Amino acid sequence: MQEALHFRADAEALESVHFVEQARALRRQPDAPHRGLGLTIRGLKKSFGDHEVLRGIDLHIPAGQFVAVVGRSGCGKSTLLRLIAGLEKIDGGTISFGEAAKPDDIRVMFQEPRLLPWARVLDNVEVGLGRARKSADARARAEEALAEVGLAEKRSQWPSVLSGGQKQRVALARALVGHPKVLAFDEPLGALDALTRISMQRLLERVWRDQGFTAILVTHDVSETVALADRVLVIENGEIAHDIDVTLHRPRQRGSVELARLEGAILRELLKGGEELAI
Amino acid sequence: MSLIDSLPRVRTLRLPKADGLMQWIVPLAILALWQAACSAGLVPARVLPAPSDVALAGWKLARSGELFINMWVSFWRAGIGFLIGGSIGFAFGLANGLSELSNKLSDTTLQMVRNVPHLALIPLVILWFGIDETAKLFLVALGVFFPVYINTLHGIRTVDPQLIEMGRIYGMSDRELFSRVIFPGALPSIFVGLRFALGIMWLTLIVAETIAASSGLGYMAMQAREFMQIDVVVLSILIYALLGKLADSFSRLLERLTLAWHPAFQKH
Repeated sequence: MQEALHFRADAEALESVHFVEQARALRRQPDAPHRGLGLTIRGLKKSFGDHEVLRGIDLHIPAGQFVAVVGRSGCGKSTLLRLIAGLEKIDGGTISFGEAAKPDDIRVMFQEPRLLPWARVLDNVEVGLGRARKSADARARAEEALAEVGLAEKRSQWPSVLSGGQKQRVALARALVGHPKVLAFDEPLGALDALTRISMQRLLERVWRDQGFTAILVTHDVSETVALADRVLVIENGEIAHDIDVTLHRPRQRGSVELARLEGAILRELLKGGEELAI
Repeated sequence: MSLIDSLPRVRTLRLPKADGLMQWIVPLAILALWQAACSAGLVPARVLPAPSDVALAGWKLARSGELFINMWVSFWRAGIGFLIGGSIGFAFGLANGLSELSNKLSDTTLQMVRNVPHLALIPLVILWFGIDETAKLFLVALGVFFPVYINTLHGIRTVDPQLIEMGRIYGMSDRELFSRVIFPGALPSIFVGLRFALGIMWLTLIVAETIAASSGLGYMAMQAREFMQIDVVVLSILIYALLGKLADSFSRLLERLTLAWHPAFQKH
């Protein structure tokens, strides 16, 4: 029995490492790159009751940038993301997008896949089309997005039979299908195992490069931020404590010295802030 | 070929064709035992007639047409009462689950009424409606109302708020949100209510027919008691058991058709 289990685990890991390659093969030619949307945040404040979570954030994100937001639990990073996505009311300050933005331009991917258990995979992707759901090419667009994440053959499955990584890829396809201009990720890979997470990071990077949206990634995982982001924001006590540009060339080599050095520096900053808090 | 496939199958031993028949082994065995006990004279016929005698009584009643008329009358009452009570319960469950105002206005009242055993209303109902159809329909509808109401309300209240948030983010209108997220999410709970309601439906109807009726299965049993026809009494009881099983199978079939997505209903 033990042996049998090992056998299966290995098979699954192999399958998930190769899905990026499979996706490449299956994918049609990408559309003309969609431009992202820049955003400017001024004096953004948010409190829950007496607790002030964000105390005046000033930030400009140029169109098409990949920004990672890190910080300790409860530092306000998820709140920042929810405010950008329009999921919470702003208490003070403004968030403005470069052009006239429609609600459909901004999409969120959460830590949980949030798939409808009673809808087949393809129908779940179709949900992401928003108001364009009823258009004639809705089905074709959903299939294209599903192929983009390498899950075309799972189109008529129920979500309950998919693995955690596959569910998250369906959620990604759902976020991508409407060609958003800003895509906000709230710890989307937090619940995945290490191997799946690395494959997912590569997938995220690839779709970001293909589609050119502005990406905002909130995460605990510092190695993830340096592997993916153009820019890392460290949030402490509701303010931006550090704003670091990551100028390393892509594709970035995992485990390289530069990445490790940068990761170490950011981690030290995070821990320093925490020790002050602990006292 | 993985190792899993080559492992001997011990636990998944199956008799696919016998699966549907398996559930009937125990009831049939009880019948056989009962018949044997009666034939051997262990049980006097005045206490419990043999199944063969019951079947004979059933045959006689069937030939005179009396059995089918009574069954049809009961079936009709149960169905109409269930439809009325179930729809009202469902409507209140939806309204109170979706609207805070409606919930505040009616939930307390409904919970108070719920705690009155509806069969305790029989004397009042007879005074109001006499012993005609209205009385039975009223009681069945009242009995069915609460399980449907409570479980619909519970189902809607417990739909995953994360899914509702997701629906809103993706621009679903209220109507779409209801049909694509809230209603399918509440469905498993609504089915629980439905199955409870089916049980209560039979119970209420039989009690009501036993006490005040001039037709129906309950009436047939009561009349048989007057004439000491114990075989007909037992026959009625057996028919209740069969009808209950039928109602349950029906709701299971509905569940299987509509909840195919649910892991509990997927074939492995």
